Amino acid sequence: MKYFSVLLDNLTKKCYFCKPKILFLINLNSVKTFRLGGIHPENNKFAHSSQIEEFPLPTQAVLYATQHLGAPSTVVVAKGDKVKVGQLLAKGEAFISANLHSPYSGTINKIDAVADITGYKKTAIVIDVEGDEWEDDIDKSPEIKREIRLSPAEIIEKIKEKGIVGLGGACFPTHVKFMVPQGKKAEYMIINAAECEPYISIDNRVMLERTEEFLIGACILRDALQLPTLHIGVEHNKAEAIEKLTQTAKNYQGVEIHTLRTKYPQGAEKQLIKAITGREVPSGKLPIDVGCIVNNVCTSYAVYEAVQKNKPLISNFLSYTGKSIQTPKNYLVRLGTPIQNIIEANGGLPEDTEKLISGGPMMGKAIANRDAFTSKGFSCLLIINNKEGKRKESINCIRCGKCVEACPMGLEPYLLAPLSEAARWEDMEKEHVMDCIECGCCQFSCPSSRPLLDHIRLGKNKTGAMIRARNTK
Amino acid sequence: MALLQVSGSPHVHTEESVKKIMWTVIIALVPTMIFSFLFFGLQAIVLTLVAVVSCVFFEWIIQKYLLKITPTITDGSAIITGILLAFNLPSNLPWWIVIIGALVAIGLGKMVYGGLGNNLFNPALVGRVFLLISFPQQMTTWPKPHHWFTQATTLSDATTGATPLGIIKSGLAQGHDVSQLMETLPSYAQMLLGERGGSLGEVAALAIIAGGIFMLIRKVISWHIPVAFIGTAFIFAAMMHWINPGLYIPPSYHILSGGLLLGAVFMATDMVTSPMSNWGKIIFGVGCGLLTIIIRVAGSYPEGVSFAILIMNAFVPLINKGFKPKRFGSQKIKA
Repeated sequence: MKYFSVLLDNLTKKCYFCKPKILFLINLNSVKTFRLGGIHPENNKFAHSSQIEEFPLPTQAVLYATQHLGAPSTVVVAKGDKVKVGQLLAKGEAFISANLHSPYSGTINKIDAVADITGYKKTAIVIDVEGDEWEDDIDKSPEIKREIRLSPAEIIEKIKEKGIVGLGGACFPTHVKFMVPQGKKAEYMIINAAECEPYISIDNRVMLERTEEFLIGACILRDALQLPTLHIGVEHNKAEAIEKLTQTAKNYQGVEIHTLRTKYPQGAEKQLIKAITGREVPSGKLPIDVGCIVNNVCTSYAVYEAVQKNKPLISNFLSYTGKSIQTPKNYLVRLGTPIQNIIEANGGLPEDTEKLISGGPMMGKAIANRDAFTSKGFSCLLIINNKEGKRKESINCIRCGKCVEACPMGLEPYLLAPLSEAARWEDMEKEHVMDCIECGCCQFSCPSSRPLLDHIRLGKNKTGAMIRARNTK
Repeated sequence: MALLQVSGSPHVHTEESVKKIMWTVIIALVPTMIFSFLFFGLQAIVLTLVAVVSCVFFEWIIQKYLLKITPTITDGSAIITGILLAFNLPSNLPWWIVIIGALVAIGLGKMVYGGLGNNLFNPALVGRVFLLISFPQQMTTWPKPHHWFTQATTLSDATTGATPLGIIKSGLAQGHDVSQLMETLPSYAQMLLGERGGSLGEVAALAIIAGGIFMLIRKVISWHIPVAFIGTAFIFAAMMHWINPGLYIPPSYHILSGGLLLGAVFMATDMVTSPMSNWGKIIFGVGCGLLTIIIRVAGSYPEGVSFAILIMNAFVPLINKGFKPKRFGSQKIKA
């Protein structure tokens, strides 16, 4: 059935008129999805079939001390120190914080403020790379370790120790998610393999090439919560991955694979939970309030390495892709590799480059500083050409309601954007701006090319600050 | 490529644009336009041209010299206003009245509010209602269309006459019975194909429906407004007919006569002047349907679609406030 729907999807791309009807047919079969809103951007998964390659080590690397969401980490090394691969560089001491380990062996050149991709200067550790010498307790062998020996508490401790963060983009420390608050109960362990962002293909490659490692990692996460079943949600444009996962999962108990409709933002946490469990995370609440914990494919893989191989999070899977890129690549890159190295290894930027994006085209960050370095959660280096990247001139809102139709949270972007322009934060709060997940569906679908999300994002920040100020009073 | 662009996400954009939407509507209007040319001949072509050209011209001149902004006539919205205005006029209307109508439609209907997207009322209907009130005589004499498809027997040979709704209104006033009157009216087949008196665009029901289906497929309109509008009008008219068949015409005749289809498919669905949420659209359509039938049976005008839509247009901001889309996460947690 899923092949059938993929086939239909490909066929209907060419025929505009039968698309709505056929999509309706797909809805009727087993393919799951969320109901409200959503859009269908061009898929552009050019790097879908490129094998993962290991990217060569740089001569000098820069590691930002804080590569996660939460309290900053404290640097525990000093200038002149010799480090090995896997040695602790920065320690996360607060509740929501994460450790950072050295991906290289060499000497600490200096600890300085270095500009990140947005051009903002952050504390960073500069390492002169010498050789590739690993800590002795890390298992470097390619052999797959299937047996899970640790207890749930030990697993969570290991995840914390090895500095695992959510690699879907937000970089939220993973161990915090597993500390279920008092009075709440985890009922669903969900792996987000939707990869609904156009272009990015790294989850797909990991699922295909490191299938077992990924599955074991996911099972470890499930065991950490002591749940019987593991739910994996994959969009149906990754038929090959679904097939391979289904085959491999036969050897594992309690793994359920859900085929999801190819629709953006299928991989947004709340939408994914809705699609798989039918539960709706209430406004202002967290997934754990409906008993769900969601983790990403690459995170599961990192958990496998941390728990089974004792290897900290020192590298990243990364797609290098774009419309003007001749040969899109998938890399395994150590943290702290200069972005410039990746670009130069592929023959420099194409002539028609408009934007460099860290992440996908819908939610990724535009890179302002080309001399920055990779960090945790850097899942895609996307080159947007000037044809698709140039913003069209915005004209009057014609009240077509396409943004309302597209919003997966049921908000009214046409109303929120002017409220933000008028700085009416109280009114924005009443219109539920804090529910906005910044998926970009509204701005994508606006026929007047209005910068809706720009305004709403600003309004959301200001409204959030206003609410926090009120609560602390 | 020396400098990189930096902006907030999303970094890609849909192919859709206002221009494309407007041209889709224009294409959807073409079948109806062709039928009007077939029935009313050269007069209809001239009238449509005058309306379109003057609408575009007034938009251009107002934007350029009065508002001193870059004219946006290429977006196609003024062309749509022109076509819809022409569709709402009898084909023998003098050209200078058409030009006045275009000035009111664009000037008072659209530009005073700040141009495309800001107008409260449908511009073409503002123009039409202005003309109906200012030139009642010229606006209510309709030439008979040519008989292309069926051999007409019930229609007299006079060159001008009233619309079916007009015949009923005056007939009822003279004390006739509906069943008597129905015999003198065009048949259902004639109504569907358009062989009856009426404005340019309202006569050919099939062509309007075809245009509506095209817009539905291209997702320029949603089904909510037309279905709610026509459905409410049908149910309400059916109730009236059931209560007193001698006084009220059958509901299906109500639907096919006058500008109800044209209004429901092309005028009420205007993006700018209709509500945003699906429930809002349904309320809007229901209101239009009710008001249309009330004006038709109780008002002094035989036709009420334009007034009904304009009245409901005024309620749109209120509807938008009252009927929000379904929020994600608004339901309670199941224990």
